[in-house]
Amino acid sequence: MAEPAATVNDETAVQAQTPKKELGPVFKAAAGPTKWLDDRLGIAGLGRPFLRKVFPDHWSFLLGEIALYSFIVLILSGIFLTIWFKPSMAEIEYEGSYELLRGLHMSEAYASTLDISFDIRGGLLLRQMHHWAAAVFVAAMLTHSLRIFFTGAFRKPREINWLIGVAMLTLGIINGFTGYSLPDDLLSGTGLRFVDGLIRAIPVIGTWAEFFVFAGEFPGELIIPRLYMVHILLVPALLLGLIAVHLALVVYHKHTQYPGAGRVQGNVVGYPVFPVYAAKAGGFFLIVFGVLTLMGAVMQINPVWVFGPYNPAEVTAGSQPDWYMGFVEGGIRIMPNWEWHIGSTTWSWNVAIPGLGLMGLFFGLMAIYPFVEAWVTGDKSEHHLLDRPRNNPTRTAFGVAAMTGYAMLWIGGGNDLVATQFDVSLNAVTYFLRVAVFVAPVIAFLVTKRICIGLQHADRDRMLHGAESGVIDRAPSGKYSERHRPISAAQAFTLTQHEDIPALLPATDTDGYSEKEIRREQLRRKATRFFFIDTLRRPTRAEIEEAEHHHLHPMIIGDGEHHAIEAEEEHHLAK
Amino acid sequence: MFGPHLNQDMRGIRVRLLSSRRRHPAAKALLLVFGLFMMGALYSVVAPPVQVSADDTVTQQVEEGRALFAVGCASCHGLNGEGQTSGTIQGPPLAGVGAAAVDFQVSTGRMPMARPGEQAAAKPNRYSDEEIAALAAYVATLGPGPAIPEPAEYTPANISAEDLARGGELFRTNCSACHNFEGAGGALPNGKYAPPLVGLDDKRLYLAMLTGPQQMPVFSDEVLTPEDKRAIIGYLNALHEQPAAGGLALGGLGPVSEGLWAWIVGLGGLVFFAMWIAAKGAKAK
Ligand code: HEC
Ligand code: HEC
Ligand code: HEM
Repeated sequence: MAEPAATVNDETAVQAQTPKKELGPVFKAAAGPTKWLDDRLGIAGLGRPFLRKVFPDHWSFLLGEIALYSFIVLILSGIFLTIWFKPSMAEIEYEGSYELLRGLHMSEAYASTLDISFDIRGGLLLRQMHHWAAAVFVAAMLTHSLRIFFTGAFRKPREINWLIGVAMLTLGIINGFTGYSLPDDLLSGTGLRFVDGLIRAIPVIGTWAEFFVFAGEFPGELIIPRLYMVHILLVPALLLGLIAVHLALVVYHKHTQYPGAGRVQGNVVGYPVFPVYAAKAGGFFLIVFGVLTLMGAVMQINPVWVFGPYNPAEVTAGSQPDWYMGFVEGGIRIMPNWEWHIGSTTWSWNVAIPGLGLMGLFFGLMAIYPFVEAWVTGDKSEHHLLDRPRNNPTRTAFGVAAMTGYAMLWIGGGNDLVATQFDVSLNAVTYFLRVAVFVAPVIAFLVTKRICIGLQHADRDRMLHGAESGVIDRAPSGKYSERHRPISAAQAFTLTQHEDIPALLPATDTDGYSEKEIRREQLRRKATRFFFIDTLRRPTRAEIEEAEHHHLHPMIIGDGEHHAIEAEEEHHLAK
Repeated sequence: MFGPHLNQDMRGIRVRLLSSRRRHPAAKALLLVFGLFMMGALYSVVAPPVQVSADDTVTQQVEEGRALFAVGCASCHGLNGEGQTSGTIQGPPLAGVGAAAVDFQVSTGRMPMARPGEQAAAKPNRYSDEEIAALAAYVATLGPGPAIPEPAEYTPANISAEDLARGGELFRTNCSACHNFEGAGGALPNGKYAPPLVGLDDKRLYLAMLTGPQQMPVFSDEVLTPEDKRAIIGYLNALHEQPAAGGLALGGLGPVSEGLWAWIVGLGGLVFFAMWIAAKGAKAK
């Protein structure tokens, strides 16, 4: 170390002497602009809490990311499509390179879709990527919402984010439908005709609404330009906004986590966003992009050239919407033909009930469920630890019942294919589904609930008697028994962290309450009995101690503290 | 769809014409003579040339056919093809279905029907070409009907690109409602179905249009000219010969199979990667 010159002040001298920390070339390159930006915008200060945000490590937390990344792929591939797609219903003669349609009259929209597919480099790849991404996007959103539902992550304080999720799912489906209608091929036109029917079936205002949407009689001249606006501007903008709020709320609320050692209501255990999680997420984005590209490259989707241009005089067997509209299609296909004719009016319940009713039911039930459950439990506290689905058997059973009903409708949407592929009668499939759509969910409910309670029993046994070891002892008397070994502290945490929600008997002490209040409370108590009466109580401390005494050895080994904690973050619990 | 409607309309007109004349006293006799004359004229025009020249080989063929019919078909269609419309074993009358219908039904293995069911399914055919010709010749004697077409009628040779595209339009207008946009087949009410049209030869396609088996309408030459029929055949051949432009066709069943693959390969594959990523990485030991 050189002696500082006498004239120089100490501080500067030391600084000058300190060897500079060597940054890698990438960081060096990034440091300049980043610093420039930070000096002006102060982003570093904003970013810091985000970078330290902790992300739990479970695959089911990545379902939302699949949706997010496929949305990004949708935007990128969609921008490419807008360069070539012509949203016009003007009739032209096709002169492109697909021979089997050359010389036919068709809309510019359809012709430009053919051009994208056959005459523009990379066009078919991007079209197929866009379509696969759409299918995966909605599938990922739906699966993501199932994860939220079955683990109870929608509970306070996350109800609003759940509602935003329901809105995004609705918008995703709408955008998929509008996109499916753009190419103006025989299937998309048939799909539009279907929606035209749905609109007309709205009681009272149906006809008026149809003329409003289509600017006259179906199909008119304007529907495709209008759908185009909805498809590339309106809904994507809304989605983008909702996604931003959704993610901001995830950061604000912090993540939920599965129960386990060291995981309590007040913390989040996982990896910090930077650097571990960022690397994982970045990698996962590339994987999603890669899988969707590969699908677009090798798997054909929506071959519009085979369907031919839309012509209201033509129909085809095998007309189906994309999968996410399948449940509505199914509802309509299995609905009996109920119609009223009053005077000169027609009331099409055959379309209105399954079409409009089902969509309302599906999204409506999803939206209100968190509030219904909160009302039943009367629980006003915050929840950051997830439920294992078995520990809330009734909720889990509701979820599985809904999935079952949805699946029946799905099958209904493909009833013709079920008939031809499995060699059964179309009528038999339809009659079966008319019953199954009501009965199967009930069966699913009962079976799921039993399975959950069975699993709870297994958990309780594990807690009180240890894990089955597979070692069989034979007593001198000839009796066989299986040896149990103690479970780890981590497991014990997992098995006991849920809350017991009591099933309430009818209230008896009702002095000072109004008639209405009493009725409501009794109803709520009835609901708690429906929900929780046969749910298994978790073992109490006394029971565990009693069991330990009985088995003459500790049931739990290890201290369980700070086990597997990679990073931890405080929750600020509202009191 | 147009086939039966058109026929019914024409029949309606004829019935109306006849009933208005019937009032005249001489009408009955005149009508009979006229009818017989028309029958004869029509027969000589429509009946296949082989049968018009009533030489020995033809009568021999018809006799052979009658014998084969008595063995294989009469149990359901009656000894003289008059049909059997009551009882457990039923078959429609065959007068007027024509040689073409027999050729189609027997060469595709639909007849003799194996077991009573919703629909006689195609199956391997047990008859030789000569036997089929004999059966056809015999049934053709029961009443005038469409004859077996010559190869020039059904082969779409040297078809122009314009005709192919027109064939596509005709196919989508007349056939896809039952047979699907790609000819992949489709379900019809009450356990009936329209079979797939992939890999069928030109003659079979032509005969089906000409004779309209079961639920399928008859596309007579007034509805779809032989040229139209060839355009449809040419379109189907070209459609099924071209490779799937977008990659693997995934069964070609449209959005339902696409949805299935989106879930299995798309979401399933990505969930698999998600599990891998979550399990991997900087785990604290
Ligand atoms: C087991 C009863 C059965 C036998 C045996 C059978 N058929 Fe049929 N056939 C039917 C029935 C029923 C139909 C009508 C429904 C159908 O086509 O499936 C029919 C229809 C037909 C038709 C079509 C009629 C039309 O309107 O186009 C022809 C032609 C025919 N049969 C010819 C034959 C010939 C030739 C044989 C013998 C090789 C034969 N069938 C044997 C039951 C039978
Ligand atoms: C109303 C529905 C309907 C329409 C429209 C229709 N078909 Fe069919 N088609 C059927 C049915 C049903 C059968 C099966 C008949 C049978 O099994 O005897 C059939 C059978 C056929 C077959 C025989 C397939 C085989 O495996 O032997 C061909 C070929 C065929 N149709 C072609 C056509 C063509 C070409 C058109 C359009 C010009 C057409 N069909 C229109 C219902 C239809
Ligand atoms: C929520 C997001 C979106 C979904 C679910 C979605 C879905 C779809 C679907 C299913 C199609 C039919 C594609 C086909 O031809 O097979 C389509 C077409 C199209 N989309 Fe999107 N899309 C979304 C976002 C976007 C965005 C953001 C843009 C533009 C910026 C866009 C532009 C287009 C265009 C131009 C077409 C018609 C081109 C064609 O069909 O070839 N999309 N979309």
